[in-house]
Amino acid sequence: MLEQFLQGLQDTSIATAIREGESLFPWIECVHVLALTLVIGSIGIVDLRLVGLASRDRGVAQTTASVLPVTWTAFVLAAITGGLLFASNATTYGHNFYFQIKMALIALAGVNMAVYHLFLNSGADAWHTPAATPIRARIVGGVSLCLWIAIVAFGRWIGFTINTPT
Amino acid sequence: MTLQSLDSFCNWLAATPFSQVLQTVGWIVPAVQTVHILAVAAVVSSALMLDLRLLGIRGKEQSIAATARRFLPFIWWPLPVLLATGALLITAEPARSLENPVFILKMGLLLTAAGITLACQVPLHKDAAFWELSAARKRVAKLIAAASIPLWVAIICAGRWIAYVQGT
Repeated sequence: MLEQFLQGLQDTSIATAIREGESLFPWIECVHVLALTLVIGSIGIVDLRLVGLASRDRGVAQTTASVLPVTWTAFVLAAITGGLLFASNATTYGHNFYFQIKMALIALAGVNMAVYHLFLNSGADAWHTPAATPIRARIVGGVSLCLWIAIVAFGRWIGFTINTPT
Repeated sequence: MTLQSLDSFCNWLAATPFSQVLQTVGWIVPAVQTVHILAVAAVVSSALMLDLRLLGIRGKEQSIAATARRFLPFIWWPLPVLLATGALLITAEPARSLENPVFILKMGLLLTAAGITLACQVPLHKDAAFWELSAARKRVAKLIAAASIPLWVAIICAGRWIAYVQGT
């Protein structure tokens, strides 16, 4: 079932074009790298503020409001380009350990963020200083930072464990 | 340096024991690349946030000077990390980058981006309100930001293309 899906994905005309084209794969990778650096950098701004290490003179709500549109735009771009890169060699990536862990870590980062937004950020408008930021928010920020760093590492390892240029 | 001596330098560097370690211990290069990408993320995202403020698109509740104070450290401080990890990656495979036109292009673009960042930063040291004093200066600030964003995009693209373009 999964095998058939991966093979079907890989056989689509767009996946074939990316796989067999001269420069399509690297260009999509460029957009993917650009998008993921913006995802991680902008989430990092929020996380470092939650932990209390940066943007210390700004409230959490202010920091989040100015940064998150960048994060989401970049995330959509990263997901689309990542999906295209995956499709081009779906059967290989699908069985790659580092790819699987990377997807699991992204899901965990999503859960961490959802838990924060649904249950933990009530009163965030009043978190004007790091001292006023509760420990639960600091933990969420720290967990998010660790997860995203690991996501970059696993992403980079994919390139070294399958047979494409690194 | 002539191409021939560059070539012999690359060969010499690749044969050094240190380079040999980087080549043979499998986890070092991806680990160094991971740190490199994280540092790129800090620089590019900070530059974008500052540029978006200069353009008046995001963070307008904070002055340009305050936004610059907030983000400039995250543009400059990762730079030594980028140079160090970049140097390690060059040492691991010298000809891949040193003989690669895309790598030379990337370094040129990087110097330009650094110059543009300084052009925004230096006037703020003398006068925190420098970029907000007149309509003309606001326009120049927007031009700086509009030049900075495509430069960083090009630097990232060039960085990725190093892996695909053969050295001369």
